[in-house]
Order: sequence, then structure tokens, then C-alpha cells
Amino acid sequence: MKLFRRNLIRATRPPLPEELKTNPIHVQIRDLHKSYGDHHVLRGVSLDIYRGKTNLVIGPSGSGKSVLMRQLIRLEKPDSGQMWVNGIDFARINGLDLAAKRRTFGMVFQMSALFDSMTVFDNVAFPLREHTDLPRKEVRARVMDRLAGLGIAAASHKMPAELSGGMQKRVAVARAMILESEILIYDEPTTGLDPITTEMVDDLITEAEEMFGVTSIVISHDMASVVRIADHLSFLHEGQIAAAGTTQELIHTDHPATADFIRASRITLD
Amino acid sequence: MTGAAPTASPAREKIHKARSAARDVGEWLFKLLLSPFVEIGALCKLFAESIFWGIRPPYRVRLFVEAMEFVGIGSIFLVSLTALFVGGVLALQLVDGFRDFGAENQTGAVIGLALAREVGPVFAALMVTSRAGSAMTTELGSMRVTNQIDALVTLAVHPVQYLVVPRLVAGFAMVPVLTMLFDVVGVFGAFCVAVFFLGLDPGVFMDRLQWLVDWDDVSQGLIKAMVFGVVVTLIACRQGFYAKGGAAGVGRATNRSVVHSAIAILMLDYLVTSMILGEGLL
Repeated sequence: MKLFRRNLIRATRPPLPEELKTNPIHVQIRDLHKSYGDHHVLRGVSLDIYRGKTNLVIGPSGSGKSVLMRQLIRLEKPDSGQMWVNGIDFARINGLDLAAKRRTFGMVFQMSALFDSMTVFDNVAFPLREHTDLPRKEVRARVMDRLAGLGIAAASHKMPAELSGGMQKRVAVARAMILESEILIYDEPTTGLDPITTEMVDDLITEAEEMFGVTSIVISHDMASVVRIADHLSFLHEGQIAAAGTTQELIHTDHPATADFIRASRITLD
Repeated sequence: MTGAAPTASPAREKIHKARSAARDVGEWLFKLLLSPFVEIGALCKLFAESIFWGIRPPYRVRLFVEAMEFVGIGSIFLVSLTALFVGGVLALQLVDGFRDFGAENQTGAVIGLALAREVGPVFAALMVTSRAGSAMTTELGSMRVTNQIDALVTLAVHPVQYLVVPRLVAGFAMVPVLTMLFDVVGVFGAFCVAVFFLGLDPGVFMDRLQWLVDWDDVSQGLIKAMVFGVVVTLIACRQGFYAKGGAAGVGRATNRSVVHSAIAILMLDYLVTSMILGEGLL
């Protein structure tokens, strides 16, 4: 019976079918709606996320960025609409299927959300221990390899509270990537960080993409980061995607709200 | 045409304000009356989810052992200390009362019966609520407001299975054990006070205790303890699991958790007792 079966998974990412690998669009969101009571937050979001690229969703506070992220990873169920990922509509699956398919995504939360009762090592090893039957030595080797790759191997025995904001972000990335998820979502990764740490986190996002070949989705309103790392940009305004394109295209957009937002951030391509 | 907007008369405005206030009071009262049912519904839902995820692998033995250690071993000192004084004060009161009509020899019997049937399970559950239940709510609440529970979900680990099920099992298993401890230490406290301070004969105290208290009385207390153990941990987990509003919200959730648990223990005590005795219910 499905209920009594433990869903162990392969510790490495299974190869994708050729037709999916060559499809440049990794996630296709169509007409997504979400309301809380009378408050209609997402009002028909349609958005393409490009495979192997850094996709940024920007917008002013309260535009629905975090709500969109919560629907995407199915922390909440959208009221209507579709979210196609590798041929599966994530908006429609439920229960045990959803739990299994969730591993497609890795998530780096705004405040990192590391388990504060575990060491850095245990935080990163957690997904491997939960979802694979790898021997203890192999788990150790993989975790240390991932921590070393992100430059935090020396902190493996520390508790999250002993780390700086930037280091916590690195641990969160290592944890999100340890199961080799295809898509990594970052929720406001640079909010509240100093300029040097912000630049470090930006580099980290680019590194993760290059090292592990992931598709990155970054939810942000930090335009300086946007210019540094974005391959594709979408502007969320009043619950809808108001404009989308490359950074250059959006900086020169005619869309009034997008132009105002970019002007207010005082960012130029130079 | 004057162009001035028509103004409502003061009397009409007063009526409008009164109606609005009455509607607000009505809504508040309705919500207040409905809230216990909403709460019970949420608890039932969480309990059903816990059963579903509890029977499903993986079975994380380490988490179960840790939860049992926290609820059981961690409460031994508190339960023993309260039991000692509760037993002692029961002895003081009963000997004093029974002496009026020369029945102080029955003290051991009555104390044993009271501890086994009522005082043991109720006090053990209240102690677990105040020590372990409040800590559970705070821990889960902090995890909720810092997105750690969401992080579990994104790592494809069901938070009810990982966080709630071990705590429920620990409550179910350990509150009866603590109840037995409470009974034993309570009797010891009563014995010491009755024999050493009030001059009762130790042989008579123990003989009367063994004469009146039998396994049925102890098992009645243990059944209650199991019910209390599940309910107390369920309330603690529910309050923490759905906490919101930052640190202040976690504080409010912890407060609610302790108050709701205490009320539930006392109400369920009557309900379970009347079900076991087969009387006292409509």
C-alpha cells in the first residue's frame, strides 16, 4: 500500500527526458489567482521561468511576491490557475504525490530558516538522512563536500545562532541543494544584509547556478542585486506580471509602474 | 441650489451608531460562542492528521525517545515534589477531619483511593502541561514564526509526522508513568505526615490502604492519564503549530496552551469518570 511505503529517492538527480531538457522554459505559470478572504492578492499571474537561468521576480512591498513564492512551492494551494513543472501541474497535485514532487524545488528563506536545534552539519545532512538510505560515511562526505564548495566547511560543528547572516545563507543554500533539486527559490535573499554580504549572497546565487546547473528564482526588491545577477526579470504589480524581459529591456520599459519602480531605485545599467 | 451636502440629523446618527455598536457586540458574542467549537474542530483535525502520519513510515525512533525523555524523565522531579506535598497536605486535612468522629484509621484508605483515581492523573497532567506543554508550544511556535516549519515542508518532510506525532506518543505513554510515580510518592508523603507528625499507626495506615485500593482504582487513574496525556500534548502542539504574530504571538499561544490544557483536564476528568462509573451523564 502506498500509505505504508517509504519514498526513498536517489541521492543524485535523475536525468531528464530529452524533450524536457531542451525546453528552455522550466516553469510555466498561467492565470494564477490567490485570495485571503476579500483580499485578492494574485490576480492572474502568468510567468515563464527559464531553465538554467537566474529569474528574478521584483516588485514593491505588498505586490504579492512572497505569496507567489508560497504558491510555487505549494506551501499554499492557489485558488485557480496552472503551474507546469516538467509536465506536471503543481497547482493540482495533492497529498503524497505533492510530498514526493516537492523535491524538485529547493528553498532558501529570507531569514534562512535553519533548524536552530541542529548544527550546521546536521542541517545540511537532514534531507539526505530523511530521503535516502546512504551510509553514514557517504552522507558525511557529501555534506562536507557541499560545505567546502560554499566555503563554510570549518563551521560544520557550529550552531546556526553562532553564524553571521551571510554564512547562514550559505548553509541554507547547501541544505536546499543537497538533494540536487532542479529549481532553487530564494525569498528576498539580500533583505537586511550589509552591502558586502549582499554582494556575497549575489555571488553565491550565481555560483550555485554555475556549479550545480540549477534554475534560480529570486524574489527581491533589491534592484542593485537585480542588475548584478538577473538573466530574466519579471515585475509584479498589484497581483499581476506587469512587465517581463531582460534587465536591459525592463530598465527601458514604457510601463509606468515598472519605470517608476526602477527610477526610484536609482539604478542604471552603467 | 445651495450646493451644501445634506447632513443626517443628530437623532438618526445616534440610531445608526447604536445599531453599529449592537452589530459589533453581536458579532463578538457570536465569535466567542463559536470559538470553543472551532478550537475542538482544529484539535480533531490535527489528531486525525497525526494518526494518518503516525502509521506511515519513516518511524523516527530517536525523535520518539527524545520526546519521551523530555516529557517523562524531565518531569520526574517536579511530579515527585508536588506529589510529596499533595500527599502530605491530604494527610493533614483528613486526619484532622476524621478525628472529629474517630475515623482517622481510614486516612490511608481514602488517600490511596483519592490519589489513584483522581489526584494522581489530574496533578501529573497539570504538571506536564506547565512544564512540557508550555515548552512544546514555545518551541513549535518559534519554529513557525521563523519559517522552520515551512522549511520542513519544502524539504518534503511532513511537519505533523516529524514534530507532532512523537510528542503525542510521548504524552500518551509518559503521563500514565508519571501518574504512577505521583501515586507512589503521594502515598509516601501522606504516610510520613500521618505516621511521624500526627501519630497514626503505620501498620493500620498501610493495611487500610491495601484493603480499599485495588487494581481497578489504579487502572481508572491510568486510563484518565492516557487521555490527559494525548489531549495536553495535542493542545500544546496545536497552539504552537499554528502560532502567528512573531514573539508576542508565541507568548499568547503559550498562554492559551496552558489555560486550555488546564480547562480540558478538569472537564475531561469529569467526563471520563462518569463514563467509567456509568453515571453522572444525561
